[in-house]
Amino acid sequence: MIKVRAERLNFYYGATRALQDISVAVQPNVVTAFIGPSGCGKSTFLRTLNRMNDIVPGTRVEGRVLIDDADIYAPGVDVVALRRRVGMVFQKSNPFPKSIFENVAYGLRINNMAGSRSELAGRVEESLRQAALWGEVKDRLHESALAISGGQQQRLCIARALAVRPEILLMDEPASALDPIATQRIEELIYDLKQAYTIVIVTHNMQQAARVSDYTAFFWLGRLVEYDRTDKIFTNPAEQLTEDYVTGRFG
Amino acid sequence: MDKAVPHFREELEALLARLLEMGGLAEARVREAVEGLVTRDPALIAKVRDGDEPLNRLHIEIDDRCFRLLALHQPMATDLRAIVAAVKINTDLERVGDLAVNIAQAAGRYATHPPVKKLIDIPQMSDIAQGMLHDALDAFVRRDTRLAQQVLNEDDRLDGLKTQVFRELLTYMLQDPSTVEPALDLILISRHLERIGDHATNIAEDVIFMVSAQDVRHHTAGGA
Amino acid sequence: MRRLPDRAFQAVALAVLCLALAALAALILDVWRDGASRLSWDFLTGFPSRRAESAGIWHALTGSVFVILVTAALAVPIGVGAAIYLEEYGTRSLLARLIEINITNLAAVPSIIYGLLGLGLFVRALGMGRSVLAGASTLALLVLPVIILTTREALRAVPRSIREGSYALGATKWQTIWHQVLPVALPGILTGTILALSRAIGETAPLITIGALTFVAFVPDGLWSPFTVLPIQIFNWVSRPQPAFQVNAAAAILVLLALLLTMNAAAVWLRDRYQKKLV
Repeated sequence: MIKVRAERLNFYYGATRALQDISVAVQPNVVTAFIGPSGCGKSTFLRTLNRMNDIVPGTRVEGRVLIDDADIYAPGVDVVALRRRVGMVFQKSNPFPKSIFENVAYGLRINNMAGSRSELAGRVEESLRQAALWGEVKDRLHESALAISGGQQQRLCIARALAVRPEILLMDEPASALDPIATQRIEELIYDLKQAYTIVIVTHNMQQAARVSDYTAFFWLGRLVEYDRTDKIFTNPAEQLTEDYVTGRFG
Repeated sequence: MDKAVPHFREELEALLARLLEMGGLAEARVREAVEGLVTRDPALIAKVRDGDEPLNRLHIEIDDRCFRLLALHQPMATDLRAIVAAVKINTDLERVGDLAVNIAQAAGRYATHPPVKKLIDIPQMSDIAQGMLHDALDAFVRRDTRLAQQVLNEDDRLDGLKTQVFRELLTYMLQDPSTVEPALDLILISRHLERIGDHATNIAEDVIFMVSAQDVRHHTAGGA
Repeated sequence: MRRLPDRAFQAVALAVLCLALAALAALILDVWRDGASRLSWDFLTGFPSRRAESAGIWHALTGSVFVILVTAALAVPIGVGAAIYLEEYGTRSLLARLIEINITNLAAVPSIIYGLLGLGLFVRALGMGRSVLAGASTLALLVLPVIILTTREALRAVPRSIREGSYALGATKWQTIWHQVLPVALPGILTGTILALSRAIGETAPLITIGALTFVAFVPDGLWSPFTVLPIQIFNWVSRPQPAFQVNAAAAILVLLALLLTMNAAAVWLRDRYQKKLV
């Protein structure tokens, strides 16, 4: 079974081709990591999966991305509905300048999923619990989200994404700005969340990819070099390029 | 919330469990081989001689687990020493399994001759070697350096017994050349048992290194 | 020794600043000496009179406040709306770029030109007469470019990460602007708007051009009412030969300055308040 499938995907920033013929199949309920040096296209590819690049002017996509066998770039696709199914967590934690509660409630409100007051509060609590944050913030739900620590903010952003019950969670270097302990918590969280979600994570930290993912895709210069089980990639990659990258012999 | 990388811990626990299972298996095979020697039971002997496969499979599986843990989790400090120790213990246990096969082969040959003498010292050596193996693995799991140190001390007893067996059998062979062949097999078996003790000693040394990061290999146990 | 030019520059800057402040202080002090004695409750609540001693500014003060409120009511929604369109929706279209260039130019047009436009468009063509509405509409035109420019500035300052965060949750463009972008940009928008309005409150030329009355003995009672404003009253008094009216003018200037200061203080207070709420 395949959850997300890219077929010969090309991506252009103006005249520059940032992605070349990417074909990849992501399985459900596993963690798939995209690794590669800066500018290799891994983040760009991640952002094609929820059409986040649409809001960047001058970009163009060729090829198909299928989620549950339906092309998300087909004409008439509701991008707003797509993004509700495909949640995203960003490199720099970006809580809204509102209360912790309102941050989580926002997605529910705009998607008409808020329901009654108690239902809404229940969903907020559930999401915060899923993100392993409830215990730390339950007494300060109505304080500003900008007052909690960076690691907590990032977990809040995860809670916020989970609140609208996405099927897929895209994470763009979610721990790159965090200290090792906060990073470890995020990694554990990712490991726990894969029971319920299909997770795709972009990371420039190879060790992180090794620790959290089941499958790893190695990108280089806008191309997908190798895609395989993570233990295979890190113990015995098929491509020399991958071998050079994971052993740090690049360049 | 303070669960430090539980899934790495889980994997580590699973690795240790498999290692213990392998230790138990190796121990059992040594016991059965010597039992086969004493009772001259061809079925038991054959079982040990031809039954190395499960142990070999475990050997490969444990190696694989260690390999993956090292590659994917980059363990540090105690965890790193534990996994490196596991790799070495794994090899030791596999060798113990091979030695059990060697004992069974010798026991098979020995059974085709009339008994040279009543076997007392060799079963005792077997008990000591199994005990050492058992204690060494226990020490590994419990991170018990004192127990590991005891294993190191036991090795001297085993060596003493081996020398005693050799001298005794030498007298038999001098008296009656027809006993040379079976007696040599017994000497060989005693030597295998002594080697098993050496592997247990290696494990104990690895345990001490793993727990205290102190290398005791070539001074404390130097006389062995 | 590399620090020497640095210090010299600092000293020069400080001197220039002191000079500017001194000029301002001298001006205020001069006006204060002339007019302070005239400030009284009766002066604030009195109506104009031929006798300088009994003349007041109530009609002009209420006129100024009323006109500025109507100006704000007209200019803020249009200005913010236009800024949102230009910044969030139309950034790439030719039309938007054309509008953009025009707005930048409009901000630099002398206010008397707006007065002429107001006279031609609102007073005559649209038949509003010399009413509060016509005056407020003219001032609204005057402050629109400033409001649009400062609002765009404020919208642009909203971090992209906030927009992305909102889009990623399945928000539409409008939801993102309304729930996330505008609240964050609000302090900036408010500050810019109040500063623009405090510029409008001191304007004289355009209102004289459209023919705001210089002698009104009543408080404006509706959008269609004739009106006057403080600067016009001041202008009127200053042009009288009697020295007593000069004193009145000075006193009225003090009131106008107080009004301006209050508005600017309100701008600062609002900005701080919202920023505290956000952070």
